[in-house]
Amino acid sequence: MALSPADVQRIARLARIELSDAELERALAQLTGIFGLIAEMQAVDTEGIEPMSHAQELVLRLRPDVVAHADQRAEFQAIAPAVENGLYLVPKVIE
Amino acid sequence: MHNATLAELSEALRARRVSSVELTRLFLERAQRLNGTLNAFITLDPERSLAQAAAADRRIAAGQAGALTGIPIAHKDIFCCKDWLTSCGSRMLSNFVAPYDAHVVERLREAGLVTLGKTNMDEFAMGSSSETSFYGPVRNPWDTAAVPGGSSGGSACAVAARLAPAATGTDTGGSIRQPAAHCGISGLKPTYGLVSRYGMIAFASSLDQGGPMAKSAADLAWLLGAMAGFDPRDSTSLERPAQDYTCELEAPLKGQRIGLPKEYFGAGLDADVRRAVEAAVAQYRALGCEVLDISLPNTRLSIPVYYVLAPAEASSNLARYDGVRYGFRARDYADLHDMYMKTRAQGFGAEVKRRILVGTYVLSHGYYDAYYLKAQKLRRLIAQDFARAFERCDLILGPTAPSVAFDLGAKSGDPVQMYLSDIYTTPVNLAGLPGLSIPCGFGDNSRPVGLQMVGNYFQEARMLNAAHQYQKATDWHLRTPAGVE
Repeated sequence: MALSPADVQRIARLARIELSDAELERALAQLTGIFGLIAEMQAVDTEGIEPMSHAQELVLRLRPDVVAHADQRAEFQAIAPAVENGLYLVPKVIE
Repeated sequence: MHNATLAELSEALRARRVSSVELTRLFLERAQRLNGTLNAFITLDPERSLAQAAAADRRIAAGQAGALTGIPIAHKDIFCCKDWLTSCGSRMLSNFVAPYDAHVVERLREAGLVTLGKTNMDEFAMGSSSETSFYGPVRNPWDTAAVPGGSSGGSACAVAARLAPAATGTDTGGSIRQPAAHCGISGLKPTYGLVSRYGMIAFASSLDQGGPMAKSAADLAWLLGAMAGFDPRDSTSLERPAQDYTCELEAPLKGQRIGLPKEYFGAGLDADVRRAVEAAVAQYRALGCEVLDISLPNTRLSIPVYYVLAPAEASSNLARYDGVRYGFRARDYADLHDMYMKTRAQGFGAEVKRRILVGTYVLSHGYYDAYYLKAQKLRRLIAQDFARAFERCDLILGPTAPSVAFDLGAKSGDPVQMYLSDIYTTPVNLAGLPGLSIPCGFGDNSRPVGLQMVGNYFQEARMLNAAHQYQKATDWHLRTPAGVE
């Protein structure tokens, strides 16, 4: 399947990764190669086969809805890029 | 002492012939001396390690020691170790001092092991050569022009060069087994769900498993017992009774049925690897095993399936790295969106970005069915191949990798070339089965060859028994690289 530069830019935006023009070109070539590799899958008949997400038949465990952990906000925020008053600081989102 | 087995170290510590401080110092000295060349470690913190060792010595003196108390262990830098830099080999986490311990780290600490340092790895565990690390490539101690394999290359190198008696690794598509093979050591990927992934930085959550790396199957058995066990904090952790993986080690192998998948011995397997693996199979015959041919017909699909599922899961797992709560944040940006775009562009290396892009694409609207869902169906076919095979045999043997370690830089040009070499290891992760690699000889250029063993679900004790019996009859696992005596 043929990827276009527009495809790569769209995916990069979805993935929130900025690509320079040079990187875009390189990515296009390499991704085209990778998609060539995975094209083999399409030829195989999987009619009636159930998708397998895990080796074991897993059921998500539930636990009682009670507070089970100590408050570690200070510890976790000690390594944050920018915090103030217990809040994480980011560039303004709403004008 | 640096060649001693875990059992020998344990006995020496308990008999007080050596202290944990002396032992830790010995390995730290070796690590510091050789790390400039090998680059096996990202972080060494002698003061902290020796403090842990001193605490271990106090426990030994008070008669409160367990079998593993006082033995140093190196942790792959993918495991969160409280108050240690935990970088995952990436610029994105190059400033991340973990505020908590991974479950595996907790358990090994409770068993009394001393943290020797954090080992180097492919960035975010994505790679088969340990060349993509932000901290530079790891070298193979058998031949420093060669890669050690990856992504647990630092751990494999540390054990092979006797910089650590044991190490932890992780395996998503072969990242414990393949570096173990390329470095001539033993490594085990447990059945999916046996070892908790809590605190083990996520790459592909339905495939990732942590496991031990050491000089022998007997050592792996000791470590697995300490690492395995239910953890409610990992939603995929299985509730199973605790198991002693050492008690079956001495059982005779007579009558065990070994299956050789014809797809693992076809074109694409280098002749020198084939020779070493066939000699190993002959050894298993001599030990009384029955050897039969089996078929795993969907083997060749494991590469495309893995390179759809793993990147897809990675794209989801790595979405958390946004420069907001921890880790790297770009210095200059116009707004929030730009902060994300630049943080991730600068924080991630090329291979990680490639895989995130592939994963994002195969999960995106309009492509999910054709790629992700299709791959999950093929995953079931691959698992069914193994289920059918295990009706006729107890263990599956084959090469761990199609060739011995390649030269540094040899495969950096084309990612697909690297991916193709994961052909024997990825099916095991896709099926969630246990797999191990032990050394079985050397290739034409004196680089190690690994023998892969695959067992049915939860058959680790049987596998370790078979590996141990082979290691009693051979001495490949006792060889050390030149300059590392």
